[in-house]
Amino acid sequence: MEQNFTQKEYQKYVQKKSPNSPIIKNVIMAFVIGGLICVVGQIISNYFKSRGLSTEDVAGATAISMIFLGALLTGLDIYDGLAKYAGAGTIVPITGFANAIVSPAMEFKSEGYVLGMGAKMFVIAGPVLVYGITASVVVGIIFFLVGN
Amino acid sequence: MTATKRLGKQTVKLQYPPSIIATAAIVGKKEGEGPLCSYFDQILDDVLWGEKTWEKAESKILRETIIKAVTKAQKTLTDIQYIFAGDLLNQCSGSNFGVRELEIPFFGLYGACSTMAEGLSLAAMTVDGGFADYVIAATSSHFCSAEKQFRFPLEYGGQRPLTAQWTVTGSGAVVLAAEGSGPYVTHITTGKIVDLGIKDANNMGAAMAPSAADTIYTHFEDTGFTPDTYDLIITGDLAQVGKDITEELLQKRGCDISKQFTDCGLKIFDNKKQDTHAGGSGCGCSASVLAGYLYKELTQGHLNKILFLSTGALMSPTTSQQGESIPGIAHAVTIQNTLE
Repeated sequence: MEQNFTQKEYQKYVQKKSPNSPIIKNVIMAFVIGGLICVVGQIISNYFKSRGLSTEDVAGATAISMIFLGALLTGLDIYDGLAKYAGAGTIVPITGFANAIVSPAMEFKSEGYVLGMGAKMFVIAGPVLVYGITASVVVGIIFFLVGN
Repeated sequence: MTATKRLGKQTVKLQYPPSIIATAAIVGKKEGEGPLCSYFDQILDDVLWGEKTWEKAESKILRETIIKAVTKAQKTLTDIQYIFAGDLLNQCSGSNFGVRELEIPFFGLYGACSTMAEGLSLAAMTVDGGFADYVIAATSSHFCSAEKQFRFPLEYGGQRPLTAQWTVTGSGAVVLAAEGSGPYVTHITTGKIVDLGIKDANNMGAAMAPSAADTIYTHFEDTGFTPDTYDLIITGDLAQVGKDITEELLQKRGCDISKQFTDCGLKIFDNKKQDTHAGGSGCGCSASVLAGYLYKELTQGHLNKILFLSTGALMSPTTSQQGESIPGIAHAVTIQNTLE
């Protein structure tokens, strides 16, 4: 049978036969829902500003609030339903980062709090932390050497 | 002693075809909302079925399905001489824990989603060979435990591509007996691994299609049957993409099965209404469709002779991460109401 196709030919053929994701619809949904999440963030940010927090504290408090909301909505089984339509619109904001940590934490709780939840809550977000922190250290060193 | 029951390259013709005397299927809520809902013995409301973990729930589904099948066969567990069972979890743990309390000699199998036909093949050969009077073949899968094992956490916000499939929560068990009035297992074509380099675990249908086409083609070559020999040729979980490809691959070899051909993964869900994308998958998919839908259609005479093929995508999360392609496999079993 398989001599009909080389692997390359078959992969090309499969690509042709497989339905594509509706990219335009996905992009629009990501823009709208991702945008709405940002609007919520802006409202929270304005609120903290109106309460007299310094610019730096406003940024921190807003991030903390958004992470809380992302975690809460994940726990309430709402975030993944939203993400089904929003795609990148729910992954890119900081709420998506919260979702990426809370969802495996919930899933692996059944394997214990230490080796289950504690160890595996970073299976998705771990690389972001590793490379994010590494990159910031590298940039910091460059800044230290060149910036002054 | 020579092997007198062999037919061609990959097929055996059973000399004393065992009879399927009873089946049972228990499925989850989503499957129970699908087009085949009336064919299942039990539909569960709760993904955990009163258990603490999905893994425990899956084992319970398998165990209860086996017990139900034995009860329907009007036998007791002590009458059953072997169980052939498998699932998708690491180290076959769904089955290991599922049959733990049954105290029946047990062969644990891993053929991914091809396990139902694999188990049925081995069970039928065991009975045909005179090694047992009553044997069970069963498999299970659970959407949540399979997602956890192979993909992302359930609550993780990601988008599934249209080629992705939905793992069936459910189990099917078949009781084979040396004596019985049918339907009979008469021919077995054991598939070989075919791998055309598909690496996308969200497109398993495309990865398995070449092996399904290969097994179907070889089955016809070995037996001399034609597509018209069968009322139905039904694959396990190729779903929409894989089914279309299989049909075309066979057409290219001059073998037109479009009239008889369907797929358990397309039967069990209404893809449009149930948002299951390409269709169902998992060990429990072909098992519950065989034990629920197909067996009843056979015994009621709506179908007389079918070719049942479970299809498996034999990757592991480790091999996928290491960039390996997905080896496909398909095993075919002929089930018919009468013996010629």
